[in-house]
Amino acid sequence: MGNLLAIAIGSAFISNVVLSQFLGICPFLGVSKKVKTAVGMGSAVVFVITLASLVASVIYKFILVPLDITYLQTIVFILVIAALVQFVEMFLKKSMQSLYQALGVYLPLITTNCAVLGVALTNVQKSYGILESVVNGFATAVGFLVSITILAGLREKMEYNNIPKAFRGMPHVLLTAGLMAIAFFGFSGLK
Amino acid sequence: MSKNNPIKALVNGLITENPTFVLMLGMCPTLAVTTSAINGLGMGLTTTAVLVLSNLMISLLRKVIPDGVRIPAFIVVIATFVTVIQLLLQGYIPSLYESLGIYIPLIVVNCIILGRAEAFASKNNAFLSIFDGIGMGLGFTIGLTLIGIVRELLGTGCVFSVRVLPQAYEPLTIFILAPGAFFVLAFLTALLNKIKMKQGKPTGKTGNCDSLCEHCSVEGCSGRSISVEVTGGDK
Repeated sequence: MGNLLAIAIGSAFISNVVLSQFLGICPFLGVSKKVKTAVGMGSAVVFVITLASLVASVIYKFILVPLDITYLQTIVFILVIAALVQFVEMFLKKSMQSLYQALGVYLPLITTNCAVLGVALTNVQKSYGILESVVNGFATAVGFLVSITILAGLREKMEYNNIPKAFRGMPHVLLTAGLMAIAFFGFSGLK
Repeated sequence: MSKNNPIKALVNGLITENPTFVLMLGMCPTLAVTTSAINGLGMGLTTTAVLVLSNLMISLLRKVIPDGVRIPAFIVVIATFVTVIQLLLQGYIPSLYESLGIYIPLIVVNCIILGRAEAFASKNNAFLSIFDGIGMGLGFTIGLTLIGIVRELLGTGCVFSVRVLPQAYEPLTIFILAPGAFFVLAFLTALLNKIKMKQGKPTGKTGNCDSLCEHCSVEGCSGRSISVEVTGGDK
């Protein structure tokens, strides 16, 4: 249990997926203009990553390893993730309309979020079991949710600031993210 | 942007649509592996190799692949080449393989590669596609190497592991840590904006965050994935 907790805190805060591993930068910079959309995107990511790390580690353990074709992991994982996102979307549309309304538009955007594939590959690399993989996936995604929400909050506050012309747009968002990364360094003391 | 001769295809990728500074595609490796100039160069060249091979293969197959399943087909082609390159790196350049780590398999989800497959290789012949791949790949390599040089210089006082600054220089270690990546990219992009403003050109995508971000997450990479869903649903 303590082991799982260590994995969870480690992936959510100490090595935050966006701010220290640079996975999922695209949505982090792209969908962080408003807190509401940021939370929507973050929740969709939590949902998909948790599910994807479960499915990917099951496939790895029961199909790739017995057949001795682990070198195909990249191809298999990316196809599984694409198919999974598709199924999740269809399932939500049919049976959970309210959740679909909230997360629907973000789901297709997630296939190319490198965090999803990144977590699946990290799980294999660190040879996590199925339960550990799911915990790691969930915690990583929560780390993403936390950081994208904070960034969106900061960007909302800065909307009316007078920023030098050359820094408008991407540069000042990157600077904000850099300062956040410094702040998240503080968590490494938790180790 | 008429892309009917190889030189134009090459210049387009290197300057006009430089993937790092103009299109802002492929941000994950850009920020993650540029802790030193050599890593940036290695990542850039690895991506270039995958890009050229996948562009070639996709443009050869463009009449064979049915339109409805083209995105999954592209992904399989790209993932195959990434796996091949990964194994080659592991065998022949283990030091680079170690330092790039998980970011090698993640080339699969690099928006640039799928983006070029969809926007260029699936519509042009093999010869032009190769040049487009080389141009885009080198543009990306230059961007990464530049960021890598700045970070290595400030963070350790060296460039390509050769000491440039005098011993008295106290290295700003933060530049080879995570926050430094954000800062260096921010300042380089701002510098580019400044130069563009001096020339009186509209800053365009880099100047306006909204169009940029939409480009990044909607047109750039994820727009493609929307079509994955659409085509998948059709089946």
